[in-house]
Amino acid sequence: MSAITPEIISKHGITPDEYERIKSILGRDPNLTELGVFSVMWSEHCSYKNSKLELKKFPVTGPRVLVKAGEENAGVIDIGDGWAIAFKMESHNHPSAIEPFQGAATGVGGIIRDIFTMGARPVFSMNSLRFGDIRGDSQQSATNRRLFEGVVNGIAHYGNCIGIPTIGGEVYFDDSYSGNPLVNVFCLGILKHEQIARGAAKGVGNPVFYVGAETGRDGLAGAAFASRELTEESKEDRPAVQVGDPFREKLLLEACLELLASGCVAGIQDMGAAGLTCSTCETASRGGTGVEIDVNLVPKRETGMTPYEILLSESQERMLVIVKKGEEDKVRAIFEKWDLPYAHVGVVNDDGMMRVREGDNIAVEIPARQLADEAPLYSREAAPKKAPEPLDLASVPGADPLTALETLLAHPSIASKQWVWQQYDHMVRLGATVLPGSDAAVFIVREADKILAASTDCNAIYCKQDPREGGRIAVAEAARNIACTGATPLAVTDNLNFGNPHKPENFLQLREAIEGLAEACRAFDTPVTGGNVSLYNESPAGAIDPTPTVGMVGLVEKPEHITTQAFKAAGDIILLIGEPGDELGASHYLLAVHGRKAGAPPQLDYAKELAVQNAVRDLIRQGLVKSAHDCSEGGLAVNLAESCLSGNLGAKTEIPGTRADVALFNESQSRIVITFAPRHASEILDFLKSRSVPHTRLGEVTKAPTLTIEATGKTFAWPLEKLRTPFEKTIPSLMSWEK
Amino acid sequence: MKFAVIRFPGSNCDQDCVLAINNLPGASADFVWHKDTSLAGFDGVVVPGGFSYGDYLRCGAIARFSPIMQTVKSFAASGGTVLGICNGFQILCESGLLPGALVRNKGLHFVCKHQSIRVESTNSRFTRAATKGQVLNIPIAHGEGCYFADDATLAALNANDQILVRYCDAQGQINDASNPNGSRENIAGICNETRNVFGLMPHPERACDAALGSTDGLVIFQSLLKN
Repeated sequence: MSAITPEIISKHGITPDEYERIKSILGRDPNLTELGVFSVMWSEHCSYKNSKLELKKFPVTGPRVLVKAGEENAGVIDIGDGWAIAFKMESHNHPSAIEPFQGAATGVGGIIRDIFTMGARPVFSMNSLRFGDIRGDSQQSATNRRLFEGVVNGIAHYGNCIGIPTIGGEVYFDDSYSGNPLVNVFCLGILKHEQIARGAAKGVGNPVFYVGAETGRDGLAGAAFASRELTEESKEDRPAVQVGDPFREKLLLEACLELLASGCVAGIQDMGAAGLTCSTCETASRGGTGVEIDVNLVPKRETGMTPYEILLSESQERMLVIVKKGEEDKVRAIFEKWDLPYAHVGVVNDDGMMRVREGDNIAVEIPARQLADEAPLYSREAAPKKAPEPLDLASVPGADPLTALETLLAHPSIASKQWVWQQYDHMVRLGATVLPGSDAAVFIVREADKILAASTDCNAIYCKQDPREGGRIAVAEAARNIACTGATPLAVTDNLNFGNPHKPENFLQLREAIEGLAEACRAFDTPVTGGNVSLYNESPAGAIDPTPTVGMVGLVEKPEHITTQAFKAAGDIILLIGEPGDELGASHYLLAVHGRKAGAPPQLDYAKELAVQNAVRDLIRQGLVKSAHDCSEGGLAVNLAESCLSGNLGAKTEIPGTRADVALFNESQSRIVITFAPRHASEILDFLKSRSVPHTRLGEVTKAPTLTIEATGKTFAWPLEKLRTPFEKTIPSLMSWEK
Repeated sequence: MKFAVIRFPGSNCDQDCVLAINNLPGASADFVWHKDTSLAGFDGVVVPGGFSYGDYLRCGAIARFSPIMQTVKSFAASGGTVLGICNGFQILCESGLLPGALVRNKGLHFVCKHQSIRVESTNSRFTRAATKGQVLNIPIAHGEGCYFADDATLAALNANDQILVRYCDAQGQINDASNPNGSRENIAGICNETRNVFGLMPHPERACDAALGSTDGLVIFQSLLKN
């Protein structure tokens, strides 16, 4: 084997200091294969070396937490009656930038494997996507449309085929993501408490089985690729993108759940990032044991593969299973039933080593714990904090509200995403009781007879202007969306998408956003169960806007509590719970109408926010609320328009304020609009007064299909069709641009 | 009435079908593995939706070679009830149990949504509990649901009253605007000449619970249970 030169070390993304550390762990120089193994395990993607010290700030414990963040592939939360959920969100940003269809598809495949590895049956998925602007006829816009279409197709391909419904999510468009789209995928699974499976290599002498797709040269060192900035030359990294086979994964899923139910499994771990390398050293490290495998026994798709390639391949749809000794035949029978390739590749031993043989030769011999858990940790330099410049309202000319609302509804970030979710099978598994497009998705988990609400949220403009406030609001908005469905928040997974952490201004954003998220998770009593960090999200034009996406799950107590945003009946009273607000900084109105990302984001007050959410949830549980809709991008006017359009009813309203655009489009937090039958008015108003929750009667729902808003003494009216066209047609017409 | 729900590798509506059928009074369902060869004890067969064999080669093209399909064919030949839903419809066409083929949607995209279909004939054990012209709201979810048959086959299907359901709008109008996938003559489902095998692209099992927005799928199962 060739000598390790400084060039080879640097090509592996290993610093001279890290190389010295490797030498001291091994007591010798590594060989090339070992260097490759260290490079993927110590990449940001696998080791979180640049973010781990910050991630420790998250609250991770709580009475419902059964498996904590970082302990296993996904956290597990108790939902009562012996049932639990495992859920997690993960990014596939870099692969999707290079090859959107396969990049997104394998992202879905990876997160689903993380869930069934826990012993849970995956029951639904969601996603949070970001692309550059898809409007206009520039080359860049055309590329953004191609990426958008490819990612949506990839998610649909994988999710639809494997039969796990994609029930919700969010899509935003902003030029900071041009060339570096974000693809964050979420999956949730259901299991009984006693079914929790562990990714630990327990029991010395237990055989180690490989099952699933054959190993090929695809996705070589993808984890290391994901931990670099995207450049013009990144296209040459296309072999680092994996190819997904949802059919194989469906077989693997059914076989693994059958296997886990058989009681033959001592430990199980999927092969995701860093493939066979990660699964062997992590199971050994968690089990406090060693694992020895022989690469000659690994099923392969191609000939002539070296141990280096086999260990670093990220071929999809593969699992490592530690089988209880003596149960090998039962395990073989299950794999054969499902027509899956498998092999007995190794054994658990007690020497703490990850040892890889190639027949009689030893290719790799590394202490597993140091490799898996003792990557160097860095606290990067953070730029000094600076407060966001407050917005000078005088610099914002008051736009005509009539056209401004239509412009906002036609902004691709606000416009209906039906074009997206109609391509996802959201109805399989008979659970989607609130269809995509409302505040949060609501899903009936049939096996457990439980109803869950789930939402993904992040306003990256807020985060760009003030990452701490943006982080706090991401959690608050997710909780508010959950509250609007009638549910109580349980826990959070997050996906932290940022630029290169070596740049002090990016590291500051990461730290501030994490501290904001952590603080808000404590305030809403929603521990973080795990997630993913994606750094180096930069294109030649610079870093993305910081995007710490939150995925929150809540529990609906009774089916009759389920509430949606659509107006239900003419004559119902429309009530704003919370204050009318006046903060226009970092708003979508400023962006869509005035082309500006400016000012400080709205300020969140936890006490007010909790009072509003609790009041709405309590009113819903008293059976008094017909619709509930959270105020977010585009403010009250967009909120009312969406409830009119989804209910196909009009509204006659009056919004207080001294300046019409501020009154209609401000994005102040802690606001929910509800409707109810007039006969419940006094009951509801008395309740809100008794809780000292501010509220304003805005008007009533009308049969006449017109949204009327009176503000500052002027009346603005939009026939619903005038709002429906920009809201519903924008994305389909943009996406048929070149056809 | 006891239904066999066939489980191919890649079936993914099998559990939904079993759940929906087991919720019906007088009906029960069990999985039958595709490598099995017996349907003894079953009164009807459901070939469920999903992506059998990953839709490789062509939707349903590989599943028709599964061992159980020989038994399904003889079950059908002896007059047994066979219901194919979505991928199950594709498999029945590939197996020759139903005429025609299902090809890529005209819009090229996978489409999942609630869809109105109109009952065109009640002269079958699958639609006898419905009324002719009744509009049902039943979800669709497919990428290859565009029904195609040549002119002669279409003429025969019409002449024999084999077209049981067509795509329509909420008012029952059948036109291009109410055709979600480009199917010829808006065909959503057909039966064989002997009227004991029925394939349709919409998913009746997804329309058996008010919590999911429609219970119109019940009429198909109720038809089967009606004496």
